[in-house]
Amino acid sequence: MSESYKPTTKFGKWFNDRLPLLTLSAHLREYPTPKNLNYWWTFGGILTFCLISQIITGVVLGMHYVAHADMAFSSIEHIMRDVNYGWLIRYIHSNGASMFFLAVYIHIFRSLFYGSYKSPREIIWILGMLIYLLMMATAFMGYVLPWGQMSFWGATVITNLFSAIPLVGDSIVTWLWGGYAVDNPTLTRFFSLHYLFPFLILGLVILHIWALHVPGNNNPVGIDIKKPSKDTVPFHPYITIKDLFALLVFLIIFSGFIFFAPNILGHSDNYIEANPLVTPKHIVPEWYLLPFYAILRSVPDKLGGVILLFASIFILMALPWLDSAKVRSAIFRPIYKKFFWLLIIDVLALGYVGAMPAEGVYLLVARVATIYYFAHFLIILPVLSRIEKTDPVPLSISEPVFSGMPKTEMMRSYKNNV
Amino acid sequence: MNKSGKKNNRRSFLFTASYTLGAVGIGATVWPFIHQMNPDSSVKALATTEVDVSQIQPGKSITVLWRGKPVFIKRRTQEEIAEAQSVNLKELKHPEKDEDRVKKSEWLVMLGICTHLGCVPLADKGEYNGWFCPCHGSHYDTSGRIRKGPAPVNMEIPKYKFIDDNTIMIG
Amino acid sequence: MFKYNFRIFFVSFVIFSFSMVASQTEEKIELIKIDWSFKGITGKFDRASLQRGYQVYTEVCASCHSMNLLSYRNLGEEGGPEFSVDQVKAIAANFEVTDGPNNDGEMFTRPGRPSDKFVSPYPNVQAAMAANGGAYPPDMSVLVKARKGGANYIYSVLMGYEDPPQDFQLSDGVYYNKYMDGNKIKMSKPIADDIVSYADGTKATESQIAKDVTTFLAWSSEPHLEKRHKMGMKVVIYLIILTLLVYLSMKRLWSRIDSKE
Repeated sequence: MSESYKPTTKFGKWFNDRLPLLTLSAHLREYPTPKNLNYWWTFGGILTFCLISQIITGVVLGMHYVAHADMAFSSIEHIMRDVNYGWLIRYIHSNGASMFFLAVYIHIFRSLFYGSYKSPREIIWILGMLIYLLMMATAFMGYVLPWGQMSFWGATVITNLFSAIPLVGDSIVTWLWGGYAVDNPTLTRFFSLHYLFPFLILGLVILHIWALHVPGNNNPVGIDIKKPSKDTVPFHPYITIKDLFALLVFLIIFSGFIFFAPNILGHSDNYIEANPLVTPKHIVPEWYLLPFYAILRSVPDKLGGVILLFASIFILMALPWLDSAKVRSAIFRPIYKKFFWLLIIDVLALGYVGAMPAEGVYLLVARVATIYYFAHFLIILPVLSRIEKTDPVPLSISEPVFSGMPKTEMMRSYKNNV
Repeated sequence: MNKSGKKNNRRSFLFTASYTLGAVGIGATVWPFIHQMNPDSSVKALATTEVDVSQIQPGKSITVLWRGKPVFIKRRTQEEIAEAQSVNLKELKHPEKDEDRVKKSEWLVMLGICTHLGCVPLADKGEYNGWFCPCHGSHYDTSGRIRKGPAPVNMEIPKYKFIDDNTIMIG
Repeated sequence: MFKYNFRIFFVSFVIFSFSMVASQTEEKIELIKIDWSFKGITGKFDRASLQRGYQVYTEVCASCHSMNLLSYRNLGEEGGPEFSVDQVKAIAANFEVTDGPNNDGEMFTRPGRPSDKFVSPYPNVQAAMAANGGAYPPDMSVLVKARKGGANYIYSVLMGYEDPPQDFQLSDGVYYNKYMDGNKIKMSKPIADDIVSYADGTKATESQIAKDVTTFLAWSSEPHLEKRHKMGMKVVIYLIILTLLVYLSMKRLWSRIDSKE
């Protein structure tokens, strides 16, 4: 066990006695990980890479960016044109934000499918939701900084939402703006907070991983395993190399965007300098915020829309208690599995209508999809916890599965054993 | 026995090749992040300044801004030139011939920054008829050389040239 | 299991890309699509076209449209029109640049230098609007990126002037354009056959002029496009090779575990 780790050098022992970094390192290397983890489990590592990449490129951009309404737009063009490799660092950062959210959505849906949010991992889940919230706030503020038309009007629309709060709404909005409209004070404070939040995220990520290391990873079969045992492998080198492989595949896709389609995920209106007198025809957030935008606009009442918007995120936090089914993995929950796919289609539909004008058939779809979204968490999941007849769950990872969808690797190992 | 040895060699070659290729990639990735702090092309474009010196009278000097720093351009009188050229090099903390510091003896072009800790010396002051730095008491002569005080070397001569008789290009 | 995961990914990808594509083709009208030399992953700019495009900009567009994020030295940089150092100096010197204040506290004009930004036709946005019937001729430094459809859109608008259909209301100073949003534009048709006479002798048909100036504007929006494509090719090939090596290492490493069962 890593607690009995002994440093190999005298200096190592001296240092480790004072700050047990070597013990920590040994713990991380030996950390018993289920050997049946599939590639959906590599996204935690990918996310850590994304966070560090955004921080490094962000700090470097901050050396050249000017956070003033008169100079923000042209300072970014200065980065794109004059700063050595500025165009590269900027495109890594802007596309990195999209990749960050792509990875986080896959990571979250992995948890939903395999029940990683269930006891005893509720705190990991809640920390993850807080990280997600901070990510959305960071991304929103970051998008304002180029001071294009979408930057300005997106900021205007979203900050205006807070005026829906009764009594204090208008004061809160003025307080957020630092003025009577989105203007320079708003920009400068968004720059400061955009720089700060990723470090808060970093702190929460450390807590998230720490909380994970207590019970250990969940696995595709969703059963508790003893660690260490023949069901586990040491994290290094088996999981490190698998994470590295997945990260490299991810980087190929990332590079495809950076080098060959760097603006495809963005909106052309943001290459027009912010103009408080001209509103763009369609104000849309970046793609990763579209489902929430759809939920917001589906409610005719302003306050109602704001409440539902926040509720749609907070409801996720309550998930471990809404879904109390004892079986974790959807592999053994045939009915839940179907509703899982329906949820994915629902979220994709919300994303699609979020980009459309809020009228006609788009609005109808948004409303239906919003109601379904809440129904999934508030009605379907609790009911399923009570009435679903789950499939039998294997006793260990190395043993075969009795029914349901067998993992091909497990079937192979079963065949080898017989 | 032999087979497992071969297998081991193949395996460690694979790992070594991966590490090496990975290290190359990491190195190539790090470079842009370092190079971005080097002067960008808009800064490099302003790296030269042209100065019209036709209005400067003998004995007078002007100060221009070049790359964010002050440059003294002095039109020296014959006495000042003679004084600069006749100094015994052994007396100098930083021995330099006046002829090596100017292209045309009438014109002294130098960075107006004291080589001690960076203050801007005052013209026509000090005991050597040149410049005096009030921060810590360095005295410079008519060639901008340190004669007395804590400054270690003479004031720097930047790269410059005469485009024509009236115009100097610095940088 | 793998089939399942693939199905998820495939469905999500289809829906995702459909939604992206659908949200981008809101306009009912199809733009004119040109096979630009800078299109695609190996796209490059045609140097001669860029130089002609710059000539069109200067002679036709610059009287109303600024390009104030460009400097004259950009015209000599790699990946662009690549005028020579002397040509760039000469081009810059053609323009009067406001500088100052001088030692008397006054602003003055002097011939341009390569380090200067492109001179604007108007001192500010308000003057530009006042001189153009209340419409602001947009700055064109990043115009190609600022319009859905990019270079195809710019080209289409330039070529899209037509007689309006019956009953179409047009006020004074407003013109009909097939590709503009709402079909109205306050710029009269800016180009016509032989409106410029090309220094390199190329026949200056309307479509040639439109192609050249659009190419120039595309470069202005993305001056490092060629470098980006070159680097991207190297990076992706490198990553594919490294991924393969790491994949093989991973399989070799895990063979220990898989065989221990």
